[in-house]
Amino acid sequence: MKIHEYQAKEILKKYSIPIQDGVVVDNADAVESAINQVSTTFNASQFVIKAQVHAGGRGKGGGVKFSSSKEKAIENAKNILGMTLITPQTSAEGQLVQKIMVAEALDIAKEYYVAITLDRAKSKNVIMASTEGGMEIEEVAEHSPEKIIRVWVEPAHGLQGFQARYIAFKLGFEGEQFKQFTKLLSNLYKCYINTDASIVEVNPLVITEQGNVVALDAKFNFDDNALYRHPDIVEMRDTNEEDPTEVEASKFNLNYIKLDGNVGCMVNGAGLAMATMDIIKLKGGDPANFLDVGGGANVETVKNGFRIILSDPNVKAVLINIFGGIVRCDRVANGIIQAVKELDLKIPVVVRLEGTNAELAKQLLSESGVAIIPASGLADAAEKVVAAAQGAKN
Amino acid sequence: MSILINKDSRIIVQGITGKEGSFHAEQCLEYGNNVVGGVTPGKGGQTALDGKVPVFDTCHDAREKAGANVSLIFVPPAFAADAIKEAADAGIEVIVCITEGIPVADMIDAYDFVKKTNSRLIGPNCPGLLTPGEAKVGIMPGFIARKGTIGVISKSGTLTYEAVSQLVAQGLGQSTCVGIGGDPVIGTKMKDLLQLFEDDAETEAIVMIGEIGGSMEIEAADYAKTHIKKPIIGFIAGQTAPAGRRMGHAGAIVSGADESAAAKMAYMKKCGIIVVDSPSEIGVTVKNILKR
Repeated sequence: MKIHEYQAKEILKKYSIPIQDGVVVDNADAVESAINQVSTTFNASQFVIKAQVHAGGRGKGGGVKFSSSKEKAIENAKNILGMTLITPQTSAEGQLVQKIMVAEALDIAKEYYVAITLDRAKSKNVIMASTEGGMEIEEVAEHSPEKIIRVWVEPAHGLQGFQARYIAFKLGFEGEQFKQFTKLLSNLYKCYINTDASIVEVNPLVITEQGNVVALDAKFNFDDNALYRHPDIVEMRDTNEEDPTEVEASKFNLNYIKLDGNVGCMVNGAGLAMATMDIIKLKGGDPANFLDVGGGANVETVKNGFRIILSDPNVKAVLINIFGGIVRCDRVANGIIQAVKELDLKIPVVVRLEGTNAELAKQLLSESGVAIIPASGLADAAEKVVAAAQGAKN
Repeated sequence: MSILINKDSRIIVQGITGKEGSFHAEQCLEYGNNVVGGVTPGKGGQTALDGKVPVFDTCHDAREKAGANVSLIFVPPAFAADAIKEAADAGIEVIVCITEGIPVADMIDAYDFVKKTNSRLIGPNCPGLLTPGEAKVGIMPGFIARKGTIGVISKSGTLTYEAVSQLVAQGLGQSTCVGIGGDPVIGTKMKDLLQLFEDDAETEAIVMIGEIGGSMEIEAADYAKTHIKKPIIGFIAGQTAPAGRRMGHAGAIVSGADESAAAKMAYMKKCGIIVVDSPSEIGVTVKNILKR
């Protein structure tokens, strides 16, 4: 689960991490008072207006604006609030900005990058830090990998003092800033562990002209599996930032991701679902979605799956590919028959059922009289659905 | 021969009195396994599966009194990491955790714990192990597999069944099928299993099925280049998966490597793995390799 910058900063504050502070606004009428509030509370005469969307790269899309006066800040705030922000990380249609953060502008002397995440290869958390703050870290990794410092944390021991000092020395911190940084890093690690974050990224972390080490921006991802023990974090979820169809699907325990093609797919298991998309492409088609119905493919899941796939007007044909292990194919077949009848489907549906009770399932489908195109094997199924989608288009 | 489990495995099921646990324990028993008991704290002294097997309070009891050496875990996610550590502490040699949805932090800790023992963990969030005709420790449908000489390693459940069924359609059986799970932290990685299959006299060839994300396939391919002589047939699911849907920045760059299907497939080819582009051609490709 992702959260906004202003929420991330609220969390960091709780862990005594100095942040660039500000006030959040969600309607244009409140802009002026917010700017006055930031001005008095943080003794600021210059401001940064920051769009609050989950996607990164906000600055590139015009979603972050430095404002040298209150007047300029009001103008920028009113422009950004309600704009459709397109960044390299949003969809092509962009993301509506429903909230902005009016932040104090700081005088920046130097920028750094700090992040904590899991290193899957080592099954340990890793701290990554770089003097190349403010840049996209992928670019640093590609062009100057030696500028990224990595330190792995032993799970049984946690972050050690010497490790924090090692990173501080490598980044070139000295004196007062050295102390501030090691303390900040130790708090950041505590925060990462205590919140069950999967990533915490501070980019940039800055030294101000006044000599303070401050988190200018912050990004969190949380481990969905651990949300049950963090009701306060679940409260921060903003479904406005998620694809509405994907949110709808998640209510039915369906894992759906919309794509750009015209062949809908319904599959049990994420790996087989991806493989099904792959073979549709190899056979000359274009998948319209990823949809994993999981282990419990019954009448309800099949029906909900159809509804979600068909909410995409591009879909010209649907492939159902179920390999029954624990799932019994005859039950899935009954689900398909009922769903096709109830939803009055107008587009071709290709069905491939394999595994437990597959023969019985095939018999049920052929006796039902519903217009289903049966397929045997992955290749056959893909060929048939691609042909059906092309036929429907012409 | 086979790897990890065989007809002599003495299996316990942790969480045997739960719905999932009792259902699958019964299935394993039906497959002909030696299920020697179950573990549910507080229910020691009772029996499960209609009186067929004893229930113990702890894994230590099950190890001591029933001689258990393999454990199958169906404990709910909030308690599963603890169950894994208990099994390892009791000296259970092979621990298979089916549970889906375990917090990553819990698994980092459990992985570290198990690593310091002599136990091997498979999973979590995986379909488990199947040595056709001998033992099933997990939830794979036993009837689709046949005894034979192909080792199967896979990150995914149903795609494993797909591959196994394609092999059987070509008249090829399996030595052991291993579903390693797709979670960020898993007990046994692909390269560990490549070595086990290399050392297994019965295995002639290895099917390795990966997915986008992570760098496990790259590490396995690197390892195979210098350590594995048997032919490896590989597939990576997710060639059409959209880029940029992975989690934020930091996760993508930890390995410093490209985690797309295309990059993994190219790297595997470079390391001498026979890479199949189409998921429908896994079986036939193995058949052709063995004919040579």
